[in-house]
Amino acid sequence: MKKLSARRRHPLAALVVLLLALAATGGLYAAFAPAGAAQADETSQSLKIEQGKKLYEVGCASCHGTGGQGSSNGPSLVGVGAAAVDFQVGTGRMPAATTEGPQVVAKKNIYTQDQIDQLAAYIASLGAGPSVPTKQDYDPAGGDIAKGGELFRTNCAQCHNFTGKGGALTKGKFAPTLEGVAPQHIYEAMQTGPQNMPSFPDTTLTQKNKQDIIAYLHAIDSPETTQPGGMDLGGLGPVTEGLFAWIFGLGALIAVAVWVAARTAKAKKS
Amino acid sequence: MSTATNDESRARGKAPAGERIADWADGRLGIYSLAKANMRKIFPDHWSFMLGEVCMYSFLIIILTGVYLTLFFHPSMNEVEYHGSYVPLQGQLMSEAFNSTLHISFDVRGGLLIRQIHHWAALIFLAGMFVHMMRVFFTGAFRKPREINWLFGFLLFVLGMFTGFTGYSLPDDLLSGTGVRFTEGAILSMPIVGTYISFFLFGGQFPGHDFVARFYSIHILLLPGIMLGLMVGHLILVFYHKHTQFAGPGKTEKNVVGMPLLPVYMAKAGGFFFLVFGVIAVIAAITQINPIWAMGPYRPDQVSTGAQPDWYMGFAEGLVRYMPGWEINFWGHTLVLGVFIPLVLFGLVLGVIALYPFIESWVTGDKDEHHILDRPRNAPTRTAFGVAWVTVYMIGLVGGGNDIIATHFHLSINDVTWFVRIFFFAGPVIGFIVTKRICLALQRRDRDKVLHGRETGIIKRLPHGEFIEIHEGLSQEQLHTLTAHHQYEPAEIGATVDENGVERKVPAGEKLRAKLSNAYYGEDNQIPKPTVEEYKEITSGHGHH
Repeated sequence: MKKLSARRRHPLAALVVLLLALAATGGLYAAFAPAGAAQADETSQSLKIEQGKKLYEVGCASCHGTGGQGSSNGPSLVGVGAAAVDFQVGTGRMPAATTEGPQVVAKKNIYTQDQIDQLAAYIASLGAGPSVPTKQDYDPAGGDIAKGGELFRTNCAQCHNFTGKGGALTKGKFAPTLEGVAPQHIYEAMQTGPQNMPSFPDTTLTQKNKQDIIAYLHAIDSPETTQPGGMDLGGLGPVTEGLFAWIFGLGALIAVAVWVAARTAKAKKS
Repeated sequence: MSTATNDESRARGKAPAGERIADWADGRLGIYSLAKANMRKIFPDHWSFMLGEVCMYSFLIIILTGVYLTLFFHPSMNEVEYHGSYVPLQGQLMSEAFNSTLHISFDVRGGLLIRQIHHWAALIFLAGMFVHMMRVFFTGAFRKPREINWLFGFLLFVLGMFTGFTGYSLPDDLLSGTGVRFTEGAILSMPIVGTYISFFLFGGQFPGHDFVARFYSIHILLLPGIMLGLMVGHLILVFYHKHTQFAGPGKTEKNVVGMPLLPVYMAKAGGFFFLVFGVIAVIAAITQINPIWAMGPYRPDQVSTGAQPDWYMGFAEGLVRYMPGWEINFWGHTLVLGVFIPLVLFGLVLGVIALYPFIESWVTGDKDEHHILDRPRNAPTRTAFGVAWVTVYMIGLVGGGNDIIATHFHLSINDVTWFVRIFFFAGPVIGFIVTKRICLALQRRDRDKVLHGRETGIIKRLPHGEFIEIHEGLSQEQLHTLTAHHQYEPAEIGATVDENGVERKVPAGEKLRAKLSNAYYGEDNQIPKPTVEEYKEITSGHGHH
C-alpha cells in the first residue's frame, strides 16, 4: 500500500487510472452488450421467424411493442415488409437510441446479415409488405445511366442534391448523402420510404426505374468515379466554390501582393 | 525636334533600331511627350494598393478565356440529343447551349481548363473588387477629388455581378436555370411592371426560346463593353488624381512618394499579372467549378436542393431566403412582399455604399482635397459604418447558404434562418458599436504612445522600492505618422437669431446635419490627438510622471 501511495503523484498515474477505467467500462460493456451469438443454420422459414422473434424481443420490442403493433415510442411494423427491416437494421438506423436527435441517423450495424434476415422474416410474417430485392433488381450494371439521371433529377434531387450529396430539411432533419450507400439499401429506401422520405413503390417507380437510378448514382458517386476538372469541393455547388475562391483564390493573391510589395526596388538609402 | 535628331544621328552613323522605331512612332503618335509626362509617374508601394490590380488582371484573364469559349459555344435553345463523350448524359434531350458547353468541357482541347479559369477568375474578380472597394472605403480614399472614381468602381462591381449572373446562366444547366427562374420570380414581384418586364426579357412565357441568346449578347458584348470603358476611365482618373498614400515622414497632400511607373512599377505590375494568372490557372487546374455535367440540362419541372447562385449574388439569395413569405391581396392582385421587399433591400444596401462619399462630405462639411489616407481608427464613425455595412452583406451570404450551413454544422435550418433574421437587424448595430469602441481605444493607445513612448518591457526597481516600466520615446518619424491626421470640428448650427434679434427657423436638414456631424467629430467620438505643448510638457519633465 505504501508503494501505491508513494506513486500516486507520478506523472503517469493519471494515464494508468484512465486506462484501467477504460478497460473496466469496455469489459463490462462487452460482457453485457447484446451478443451476436445465435447462428442458426436452419433454413426453414418457421425456425427463422422463431429466431427473429427472439431478436425482436431483445432489440426492438421496447419501442415497437411486443407484437410489432407499435407504441408511443415507435410506429407499428405490421405490413412494413422485409425490405424495410433490411434497410433500417442493415444501415444501423435501427435499433435507434432513445435519445436520437431530430432524425435517426445511419450508424454501425451490430447485427449479422443472418440475424437481419431472421428479423425481416419475423416482421414479414406480421403482415404482407415489400420483400428484400434480389441482386438482379438493383444491380447497377443492368441500368440505363442517362435515364436514371433524368429520373434522379426529377424525383430525388430536390432533397438529395444533383449528385446525391444530401441536403437540409426542416428543423434539423436532413436528406443524407447517398455516397457509399449500398445499391440494395438505396433500392429498399425508395421502395419503403424511411423516415421523411416518400416511398416510391413499383406503381410509381418501376423496378427498372429504380435500377436506372442506382446505375446513375453508381456512375457518378462510386469510388471508381473520376471527377473531370479536379477536386469537387464536396459537390455542393456555389457555396463551397465561393468560399474556396475567397480563401484560397483571393487569399493566395493577397499573399502574393504582400510579397511583391515587400520586394521593392532598393532606392539608395541616404 | 525629330528632324534635328535625325541629322545628328546620320552624321554619327545609323541610330540603333529601337531609337529609329521610336522616332518613327513619335512622328505619327507623339509618344515622346506622352511618355515624358507619364513614364516617371510615381506610385506608392503598399500591398493593399495592388488589390485593384488583382481585379484588373483577373478581368483581362476573363476576357481572354471568354474569347476562346465563344469560339465553341452555341447560344441557342434548340433541342438536341446528346451524343458526346460524357456517358451519364448520353441520349438525353438538351438545349444546344448545354450541349455545346458539354462539348467544350469534354471534347474541345483545353476546353474544360479554359472554362474553369474563366469561372474561377470571375469569382476572384468579384471578390477582389469587394476587398478593393473596402480598402478604399476604410482608408477614406473616396474623398474629394475621387468621388466619381468611387462611383466608377461601384458600377464596375455591380455590372460585374450581372455579367457573372448572365454568364453562369448561359450553359442552361439545371442549377443556373433555377437561378434564372429565381430572377424571373423577383421581376414578377414588382408591382404593375413586373409581368411586362418578364415577358419582354424572356420573349414570352418563361423560359421561352430566347433568353440564352439574349443573355449571350448581354454577357459577351453589352456589359463587358461598358465595364471595359469604365475600367479605362477608372485608370485614367487614377492617373489624373495620382495615387493616394498613407501618412508618413516626407509625405504631404502635395506630393506622392514611391516608385516611378517606368521601369520599377511596370516591371512589378507586369510580373504581378503573370502571378495572378498563375495562381488562377493552378486553382482552375486542380479544382472543379460549376460541373454542369453533374447538374444536368435545365427543365422547369426539375430542381435540386442546395441551389445557390455564385457568391456575389448570394447576398440577394439570402435576402429572399430569410424574408418571411408575406403577401398582400387586394382587388384580385397579389403583392408578393416576401420577394419584393428583398428586391428593394438589395438596391438599398448597394445604393447606400455607393452614395456614402456624398453623404459623408455633406455631414462633415469637408470639402478639402485629400491625398493622404486615413488610418481606419482615425475615422471611427466611418469605420464603424463600414463594418456595419459589411456585416449586413455577410449576414446575407450566411442566409443564402443556410441549408449548407445547417447540414454541415448539424444545425436546424430553421434556427439558422432565425439567427440570420435577428442578426440582420442586430448585427450591424453590434458591429457599429464594437468597431467604434475599438477605434477609439486604438486612438487612445496612439495618444499614449506619442506622449509616453513605447513600453519596453524592462521593469526597473527604484531605490525606495517602487517598480516602474521604462518607456522609450518614439522616433521623430513614428511621432509624425501617429499625429499627421487632421482632426475636424463638428459642424454647428449657425446663429439662430439674426442681427435684428429675430429668431430664424432652423431647417430640419441643418439640425440633422449638426447631429450627425457631432457623431463624427464631436466630443467622445474622436480622441484629441496630442498637441505639441502636451508632448513638450510631458517629455521635458522626464522621470517625474
